[in-house]
Amino acid sequence: MTPVATTLHVPARAVPRRSTTEPAWVRRLLIGVALAFLSLFLFVPLFSVFVQAFAKGIGFYCHTISDPMALSAIRLTFLAAAIAVPLNCVFGVCAAWTIAKFDFRGKNILLTLIDLPFSISPVIAGLIYVLVFGAQGWLGLYRNADHPWFPWLANWINDQDIKVIFAVPGIVLATIFVTFPFVARELIPLMQAQGRNEEEAARVLGASGWQTFWRVTLPNIKWGLLYGVILCNARAMGEFGAVSVVSGKIRGQTNTVPLHIEALYDDYNFTGAFAVASLLALLALVTLGLKTWVEYQQAASQNVEVKP
Amino acid sequence: MAAHQTIKSGKVRVLPGFRLTLGFTIFYLSLIVLIPLSAVFWKTSSLTWQEFWHTVTLPRAMASYRLTFGASFLAALANAVFGFIVAWVLVRYRFFGKKLVDALVDLPFALPTAVAGITLSAVFADAGWIGQWLKPLGIHVANTQLGVFVALTFIGLPFIVRTVQPVLEDLDPELEEAAASLGANRWQIFWRVILPLIAPALLTGFTLAFARALGEYGSVIFIAGNKPLHTEITPVVIMGELDMFEYAKGTAIAVVMLVVSFLLLLAANVFQWWTNRYNSTNLA
Repeated sequence: MTPVATTLHVPARAVPRRSTTEPAWVRRLLIGVALAFLSLFLFVPLFSVFVQAFAKGIGFYCHTISDPMALSAIRLTFLAAAIAVPLNCVFGVCAAWTIAKFDFRGKNILLTLIDLPFSISPVIAGLIYVLVFGAQGWLGLYRNADHPWFPWLANWINDQDIKVIFAVPGIVLATIFVTFPFVARELIPLMQAQGRNEEEAARVLGASGWQTFWRVTLPNIKWGLLYGVILCNARAMGEFGAVSVVSGKIRGQTNTVPLHIEALYDDYNFTGAFAVASLLALLALVTLGLKTWVEYQQAASQNVEVKP
Repeated sequence: MAAHQTIKSGKVRVLPGFRLTLGFTIFYLSLIVLIPLSAVFWKTSSLTWQEFWHTVTLPRAMASYRLTFGASFLAALANAVFGFIVAWVLVRYRFFGKKLVDALVDLPFALPTAVAGITLSAVFADAGWIGQWLKPLGIHVANTQLGVFVALTFIGLPFIVRTVQPVLEDLDPELEEAAASLGANRWQIFWRVILPLIAPALLTGFTLAFARALGEYGSVIFIAGNKPLHTEITPVVIMGELDMFEYAKGTAIAVVMLVVSFLLLLAANVFQWWTNRYNSTNLA
């Protein structure tokens, strides 16, 4: 007399929640499609960089990496990043402070203008500096003008033979341009979400402006700042298009690491190109690792705030 | 006097540094971005209107616009479909290696474009790891327009995934449960409930991927072969003019690209604004 009771007694866990999930075969199909797509475009190419880098053995790899041209390219890349990242970092903090903590007219226009370098082709980014500092550009016209404004300045520039395009300053400027929005982009939404109550409280309690920034704002934004710096640095070290316009590609002098890769590739030294490329691929993996770690830290610190 | 004014405007600025930070922001922005950018319009104005029009409508330039826009659009479209699937799978399902996959989705952001370029070109070459399987099917990727599409798809992938993923995560499961309890099947729920809520994010991601693809240079030049009229993208045409010291001509074509990029940026901002407004009215 109990079959009715047994049929009703289905363990709750065995019942699939059909209403809000898909059948198992659809799930497997979608996971399969996603992984196939990612393999085709991301995983296989990434793996192949390292395989091809060591195609001629470890000796050839070390030889390529320690070549004087490669070392000079690595030095220049580090120099450009070492100048561009701190400058854009200071700018990012200033821009985020002014946009997130104050109300003023034209804020949206300012936000759009800060994003501008993201929507400009790297080639055009290089081009604009050629137009400003090139021989046919503003600087060239100024140097060759018959009656320049501030003749002492024109003389000084000509005496010092200051070169920007096809020289290191141009490379640094192009790098600054393409990495311009990274830190600001990261900090603005973060600081807007945090509001200004904590800083105002610190001020009312007698903290100076600097104290407020160092003791209240900076601890709040440190993970976001680090995140922005990591992305900014990755782009600064990897920039190709903009730098290739302004560099002139003089080997050993104005070649950055990505340009050195192109030079090796154009010489049909594919293994060499991939050997140097593997350094940048490694940098990309380190960047992704750090980024994931920062995201984890950020989430952890937010959880602590939510549950006091 | 100053105190009187701040009280009158109803706002008392407790925090310091407004003038300093705004001043520095505008100064640095002008120095690095706005003033150099204005040089583009200065250089273009050295051409007459006829010369400008002639330069930007040369067959080589026109072919490059068609390729750049076509390949960018198709790549963004492919990413909209597959990027959505990737985001869906990452948010909704559990599988082995999910965290690693999640982290690697950002690879195109982190990998320098030149590295991506030589790598894709090697992998998709006729003798390459993937190319050797495509060759018997009659599909050639390297040195064809398909190669441009492949490189641009690689570049645009994270834009879709990273704009759709957070919206999918925040989606209220009650909406789906309500639809299901009212008798909708899974397919109907997807089309009528989930997709409309995701659409603004998908559109924003599509616009960002499209805009990024339009200007892309480093990852395309190695795989495309850069044959004039056939596989030459617009940035390569600009580069070619610069190599011949034809700065005015290169700048004229750059102006065409800049105008399109600005329009897209504007569109992306409008979508974003629309999404925010839509979400805030929903919450209220």
